[in-house]
Amino acid sequence: MNRSLSIHDLHVSVNGIEIIKGLTLDIPKGEVHAIMGPNGSGKSTLAKVLAGHEDYEVTGGQVTMDGEDLLALEIDERSRAGLFLAFQYPHEIPGVTNANFLRAARQARLPKGEEIDAVAFYKEMYAKMDQLEMDRKFTGRAVNEGFSGGEKKRNEVLQMMMLEPSYAILDETDSGLDIDALRIVANGVNAMRSPDRGFLVITHYQRLLDYIVPDKVHVMFDGRIIRSGKKELALELEEKGYDWVKAA
Amino acid sequence: MPNATLSMESPTQAAPPSGRDWFSAPPRHEEPADLPGWYRDLRAESWHQFLETPGPVRTDESWRFASLKQVQFDTLRMAEAVADPEPVIDNTLDRGLRLVAARFVFVNNRLALGESFALPNGVICLPIGEALVQHGDLVREHFMQEGARLGGAKFAALHGAATLSGLFIHVPKGVVIEDPIEVSHWAGGDGAVIFPHLLVVAERGASVSVVERHRSINTTDATLSIGMADLAPEDGGRIQYVCVQNLNDQSRQIQLNGTRVGRDAKALSCFVNLGGRWVRNESVSRLTGPGADSEMLSANLADGDQEYDQRTLQLHEAQHTKSDLLYKNALYDRSRTIFAGLIRVCPGAHFTDAYQKCRNLLGSDEAEANSMPGLEIDADQVKCSHGSTSGQISEEEIFYLKARGIPPRRARQMISQGFLAETIERLEGVELREAIGHRFEERFAVLA
Repeated sequence: MNRSLSIHDLHVSVNGIEIIKGLTLDIPKGEVHAIMGPNGSGKSTLAKVLAGHEDYEVTGGQVTMDGEDLLALEIDERSRAGLFLAFQYPHEIPGVTNANFLRAARQARLPKGEEIDAVAFYKEMYAKMDQLEMDRKFTGRAVNEGFSGGEKKRNEVLQMMMLEPSYAILDETDSGLDIDALRIVANGVNAMRSPDRGFLVITHYQRLLDYIVPDKVHVMFDGRIIRSGKKELALELEEKGYDWVKAA
Repeated sequence: MPNATLSMESPTQAAPPSGRDWFSAPPRHEEPADLPGWYRDLRAESWHQFLETPGPVRTDESWRFASLKQVQFDTLRMAEAVADPEPVIDNTLDRGLRLVAARFVFVNNRLALGESFALPNGVICLPIGEALVQHGDLVREHFMQEGARLGGAKFAALHGAATLSGLFIHVPKGVVIEDPIEVSHWAGGDGAVIFPHLLVVAERGASVSVVERHRSINTTDATLSIGMADLAPEDGGRIQYVCVQNLNDQSRQIQLNGTRVGRDAKALSCFVNLGGRWVRNESVSRLTGPGADSEMLSANLADGDQEYDQRTLQLHEAQHTKSDLLYKNALYDRSRTIFAGLIRVCPGAHFTDAYQKCRNLLGSDEAEANSMPGLEIDADQVKCSHGSTSGQISEEEIFYLKARGIPPRRARQMISQGFLAETIERLEGVELREAIGHRFEERFAVLA
């Protein structure tokens, strides 16, 4: 069986304007791939289109997850099939507590008629919150409501840890984080690294990759991958700037 | 706006029904023989008023947008005694709160169960009939003092003329009742009417929470409840009142609340509407002493052809008073809601803080939410705001939940329930908040 998230010649438009222009990328399980690129290169569009956001129209190409046609699945089906997107701007859901939100997400993964074991669920959630140094009070608070930028990002990682996806896309999870929060978030991600899980880390800055060391780095520009390399590429990029790859 | 269709109704309508079309004699049933004289007089006067007072008409501002056909009743009759109330009592206990200071169950206007658990000394908590006999003067001081200013005068008069069910609760100075007092009213029998009453007095430093539940004995009978609740937190007192209406989808309810908040006293009143065919809530908060504070809340879930018609008045009569109103409706199918609220700051009521917010979440294109917020200010140094909003569930919120694997229908339910939860979270009592949350969950689970 194909054990990767495979994107082949993907074309995506928003309101008739093409944003992703033939992107090909293969993320095997067990690897962490980073995508870097300047603003407007299409990084976040890629993240959202993989998750299934309805504002984005796929006009060409294929995406498969472990051989299964990802684009044929509904948004919630993709999640249950093992895809996870950590949002760049996580939404606030007034009146829905974090605990109930996570519980509903876990419940959705159980066969019909089967109820979640509440005691085990809370025990697991608390353990993972401890790992992310999150205060217990966040379980009873409305999802992301009144959370600081860093708290929202930690909450995204908590969701990832609770849902244990096969493939996780982290969309600029480092933005808005101070160095302590960055370290905590990165530790959470690193603890999740496994031969059965692939990561796509989207970032604007090389800094994150000091903490989450990638197997491969891709540079995205104008809707395409224009360069791929090992982790050293990120350092080189940091040093020489995006104009260097654009010129190449 | 779908409202436009309303104005097309003919202004010449049938004459409003006279009281005699509904009842040929005051609606009564067996009651204590030694009721006090003042009360008998008051009832006679109420009956007279009921006959004299015209029924609701379209031209009356307080019935604007209202479905008047819902109050054009055929012959009404007093609810009859139920032969075996045990199954109803069992159901009440199964679904009621576990931790209560007292629990009373009325079935078709008659006491079916009354039990108290360690009520502090000096507290009076009695069915209204018994209280009239045993504590007539105390009852008289507060009984139906607030009248009905928001359109329901005819119904208030009928209520005043009828045999009442419900409770008189009097909490003396400094006594705090920790757990809520729960009162359940059950109604059954097609065309049957009940008259639930509640009168709560909290003296200085006293505190009490009362939960009133309204339910139907079966799913088919169209019943009518004409209820009144008067809350009197006196100087430094504190009262929470939550009215949870979950009647069958044939039944109607008219619930009139009057609250008088004294110096440094606090009232919190909340309507939760889940069931019923048509519901009219009228709620008046009078802030009569400096430091008085009234919180007025409502959380309503309407679907099918349900209609909730809510009218409120925040009446600031003294300086340095505060009121805060938040009414929330989640609407589905062809349901309708009406919110008409007025903040009135009386001359001299300087330094008033008054807030009023009605928010509607529209879950269908056919649902109709009408909001009429209002302000009248006759004082200085006043902080007031009012407003109403109507909107649909945000697609981005839905996307976020779906991206976590939550199916679309469940995602909508959770967001709608969260929307309503914002009011429920302001209630005191963990068990109460959870119980109401569960009721909403049950209702959302069966929504299409």
